[in-house]
Amino acid sequence: MRMSRYLVTIGLEIHCQVKTASKMFCSCAVEYGAEPNTRVCPVCLGLPGALPALNREAIRLSILAGLMFGCRIPEVTTWDRKNYFYPDMPKNYQLSQLHAPVCQGGEVGLDRLHFPNDFQKQAPEGKVVRLDHIHLEEDVGKSTHYENNSLIDFNRAGTPLMEIVTEPDMESAEEAVALLNALRQNLIYGGVSDADMEKGQLRCDVNISLRPPGQKELGAKIELKNLNSISAVRRAIHHEIERQSAELDAGIPQVQSTRRWDDDAGETTLLRTKEDAHDYRYLPDPDLPAVETAELLAAARRDVPELPHHKRQRFTDAYGITPYDAGVLAADRALADWFEQAASAAPAGAKKTANWVINELLARLNADSLHAEQCPVSPQRFAALVDLVSSGGVSQNQGKEILDAMFAGDAASPEAIAAARGFEQVSDSSSIEPFVDQVLAEFPDKVEEWKQGNAKVGNWLTGQVMRHSKGKANPRVVSEMLRSRAGLE
Amino acid sequence: MDLSTASLFSLRDLIRRKEIHPREVVTALAERIAARDSGTRAFLQADTERALAEVENFDPETPLAGLPIAIKDNINVLGHPCSCGSRFLAGKYTAPYDATAAVRLRRAGATFFGRLNMDEFAMGSSTENSALQATTNPWDPTRVPGGSSGGSAAAVADGTALAALGSDTGGSIRQPASFCGVVGMKPTYGRVSRYGLVAYASSLDQIGPLSRTVDDAALLLEIMAGHDPHDSTSAREPVDSLVPGSVEDLKGITFGIPREMDREAVAPSVLKVFDEACDHLRSLGAELCDVDLPASTHAVAAYYVIAPAEASTNLARFDGVRYGLRCESPADTLDLHTRSREGGFGPEVKRRILLGTFVLSSGFYDAYYQTALKVRSLLRREYATAFSRADFILTPTAPEPAFPLGDRTSDPVSMYLSDLFTIPANLAGLPSISVPAGFTVDERPLPVGIQITGRAFAEASLLRAAKAYESTTPWHQQFPYKED
Ligand SMILES: [Zn+2]
Repeated sequence: MRMSRYLVTIGLEIHCQVKTASKMFCSCAVEYGAEPNTRVCPVCLGLPGALPALNREAIRLSILAGLMFGCRIPEVTTWDRKNYFYPDMPKNYQLSQLHAPVCQGGEVGLDRLHFPNDFQKQAPEGKVVRLDHIHLEEDVGKSTHYENNSLIDFNRAGTPLMEIVTEPDMESAEEAVALLNALRQNLIYGGVSDADMEKGQLRCDVNISLRPPGQKELGAKIELKNLNSISAVRRAIHHEIERQSAELDAGIPQVQSTRRWDDDAGETTLLRTKEDAHDYRYLPDPDLPAVETAELLAAARRDVPELPHHKRQRFTDAYGITPYDAGVLAADRALADWFEQAASAAPAGAKKTANWVINELLARLNADSLHAEQCPVSPQRFAALVDLVSSGGVSQNQGKEILDAMFAGDAASPEAIAAARGFEQVSDSSSIEPFVDQVLAEFPDKVEEWKQGNAKVGNWLTGQVMRHSKGKANPRVVSEMLRSRAGLE
Repeated sequence: MDLSTASLFSLRDLIRRKEIHPREVVTALAERIAARDSGTRAFLQADTERALAEVENFDPETPLAGLPIAIKDNINVLGHPCSCGSRFLAGKYTAPYDATAAVRLRRAGATFFGRLNMDEFAMGSSTENSALQATTNPWDPTRVPGGSSGGSAAAVADGTALAALGSDTGGSIRQPASFCGVVGMKPTYGRVSRYGLVAYASSLDQIGPLSRTVDDAALLLEIMAGHDPHDSTSAREPVDSLVPGSVEDLKGITFGIPREMDREAVAPSVLKVFDEACDHLRSLGAELCDVDLPASTHAVAAYYVIAPAEASTNLARFDGVRYGLRCESPADTLDLHTRSREGGFGPEVKRRILLGTFVLSSGFYDAYYQTALKVRSLLRREYATAFSRADFILTPTAPEPAFPLGDRTSDPVSMYLSDLFTIPANLAGLPSISVPAGFTVDERPLPVGIQITGRAFAEASLLRAAKAYESTTPWHQQFPYKED
C-alpha cells in the first residue's frame, strides 16, 4: 500500500441498533428474520392518527453507552422530526434528535488489538478519537425490488438506532477500522447493542477529505455510503484516498458530495453533490415531550461495566499474564468472565489457566463458531482439567484429548475421562525405572553426547522413555530420573 | 318526547326506566337523517344496520346506555370509514384501530352511528373545503355551518345526531357550534387523548364534544378525558366529575374581556348579542372586567405559521405507498408521491402544506416558526396574568354569524379571520366553550354563540359557568325546525 501524498482526515457516523426488546415508540417486538410485516402496528406503520409513545429503555441504554465513552449527558433530551420522502419510511419523517441529543462529547480509545491483524505492528499507541455526540433515531423499513415492483417490510421500522458521530480525528482506513472495532467491543460489553454487521445492526457512513501538506483548512468533505462490513470500510477508504489523490494530482478540485460504495466493483460512484442535498426541515416533534434524564442516568450508572482496557490492565496486574494475553481475554466480556471463573477455581493458577484458555479453549470455540457464553464446558470443569495437567496427572496431549471429549459432550469429570481412556500418567519412579534403564543401556552414545552438553539430546532421550511407557510416564519425572542416572546432577 | 332531538341525559333516564330501547333512538335518528340530511348533508355515512346490531348489546347501567353518538370523520373507529373529508381516503380507507376516545366512549356504552362531514383534514372554517360534499347550515340552507367540524355542528342542530365528536385546532368545534346554535367545547390541550385523531396540527388539536346542552358536553368530556399512555402529550391531571349540578348564579365570578377585542371587527348583530350576554352574566352576580392580551392580536398570524408547519409534516405520510389514493401506473417513486398527493389533496390542504414547508425551510425557520413560537409563549404568559384578575375570558365565539356559502372560498384570509377569537385558546392550550347566546335580527335569524375560556384543566368550573348561563337563558331550546 502506497502512502498518500495528501493529509487524510476521516470522521465516521455509525448507526447502531440499540438492544431493546420492543421498538422505540410502540410495543412491537424487535426481531430479526420474522415473517415480513408481522411485527407492525398502527404506530410503526405511521397510520393516520397513531402517535409515538417512548420506550425509555432505548434512552437508558444510550446513556449507558455515553457513560462508557465519557459523554456529557444533558438534563433534558428532545425529539425532532427529520422530514424527507422515502418509501421505506412510514411517516415520511424520521423521529431523530437534532437540538438536544442524548449524549454529547466523549471519546473512544483505540487499542492495538482493535486494528486489523495485518496492521497491528504499525498501529499507533494511545490514539483517541473524540465523539461529537450520540443521538437516537428510529430505523426505517426494508425494500425488496423485483422487476418493476418493490415490496416493503416494515418489521424493522421504528427499531431504535443510536447514531454515534465522531470528530474528524482519524487519518487512515486502519484507524477507522480500529474505531469501529473499539465501538463494537464497548457496545457489546455494555449490553447496549449486539452490533452485528451481518444483521445490519451496525452501519456506518464515512466522511473523508484530503488536503496537501501545509494546508490548514480541511479539503472538501466526501461522504461514503452503503458500507456494510468492516472490510468494506477499509477498502472503500483506500479506494477513495487513491481516487481523490489521483484527481488532486491531475488538478481536479474536490467538491462536497456523497458517494456510494459498490462492494463488488470495489469503487465509489457519485450519488449527489451539495447542491442536491436535502433540506430536512427539522421540526421539534409536537407528539413527544422532552425527556428528563436524571432517573435514567442514575439507572444507567449502576450498569456501567468494567471497560475493556481497564479489565486488561487488571488482568495484567492481578494474574501476571502478558498485556497481549490480557487483551485477548478482556476483548470479550463473556470470555473475560468465563476466564475469571476458571482462574479462581483452578489451584494451578491464573497464568496456566490463561494459557489453556487462549491456546486450547479459544481454538475450539472458534472452530465451532461458539461464543464464550455458549461454551459446552463449565469454567469449573475446565479448571479441574488444567489442574490435572499441571499436577502431572495427565500429559499435555492427553489433556487436549480430554478437552476434546468434554467439548464433544462428555459430562464426566476430567479425572474420570482420563481414567476411562487409560490416560493415568505414571509418576512413581519404581514403575518408570525399568524404561529409563532400558533406554540408557540402548543408547550409550547419546548419553555421552548429552553429558557433553547437547541439551536437545536430553529431550530425545525423554521421548524414548515416553515411547516405551506408551506415553503414560510423567515426562517431568522421566526427565528428572534420566538426569540423575546419567550423573548430570 | 321526540327521540331525535332530546338530550343524552333525558334519553338515558327513559332507557334506564325501560320506557324506550336505544334501538328506537337509532331508528328515530335514521328516519330523521333520511328525511332531513339530503338537504343538510352533514353525514358522510350513516350505517343504520351496523348501529342497530351494535345497540342490541347495550348495558343500561353504562353512562351512555347504548345511545348513538356521531363522529367527525377524522377520528378512527375500528371498522368505520375515516376519510377526513378527503379524496385521498374516501372509499379507500377503513379504520383498522380505535381512537382512545372511541375506546372510552364504547366502554361507556356509546353506539357509534354516523360519520360527519368536515373541511378536508380539518383545514377550514366553513366545511366547504370538504372534498366530498357541502354541508349547509340548518338555520339557513344558503349559509355555511362553520368548520371544520361543520358536519358535527349541523347534525346536532338538525336533530340528526344527539351529540357528536369534533376536533378543534383553531376553533373547529366552537365556531361551527356558534354558527349552528349548539354547545361546543374544546378541552385543555392534553385533556383528551389525541391517539386516533388524524393529526392536523399536533400541538393544537383536541377532540371535544358538540351537543344540545352543557350537561351533555360535560358527560361526553368526562368519559373521554384522562391520561392515555398512547398519547405522550395527554395530561396526568386527575379528571374531576364534570357534569355540573344545578347552577343558578355566578356570584363572586369574574369574566375578563380582552381590551384587544376589536369591536369594529365584530358584526353589529353579534356585538348586540354579546353585550346582552354580558348584561345577563352581570344579572347573575358575575363581575366583568377588562384584561390585557396584547399578543392575541398576533394570534392568527402565529397560528398560520405553526399549524401549517406541523401539518406539512403530519400529512407527509399520505404518499400513495401504504394506503389511500395511489395514482395510476407511476413511473417511479417521486412520480408516485407527486401524482398521488396532487390528485388526493384539495387546494386548501395544498396551500397549507406549501406554507408549512416554506416556513420550516432552512433560512426561514427562525424568521417564521421561531417568531410564531415566541408569540405563543408570550400569549400564554398574558393569559396567566389575565387569570390572576379574572376567572374566565369572555368574547363572542366568532366575529360574525354564519356567512353565505361561497362567500369566502376565493379569499382564504377573510376565511382565516373567522377564527380570530377562537385561535388564542388553542395557542395557549386552554379549555374553551361556545354556548348559544341569541340570534341575529335578520329575516332568517341566525344563532350566535359566546365563548368562555378558562384556566388550564379547570373544565369543571368552566362547565359550571356555562351551565349557569344556559339554565337562565332560552337559547339552547331554539330549534331550526318545527317540532313534530
Ligand atoms: Zn409497532
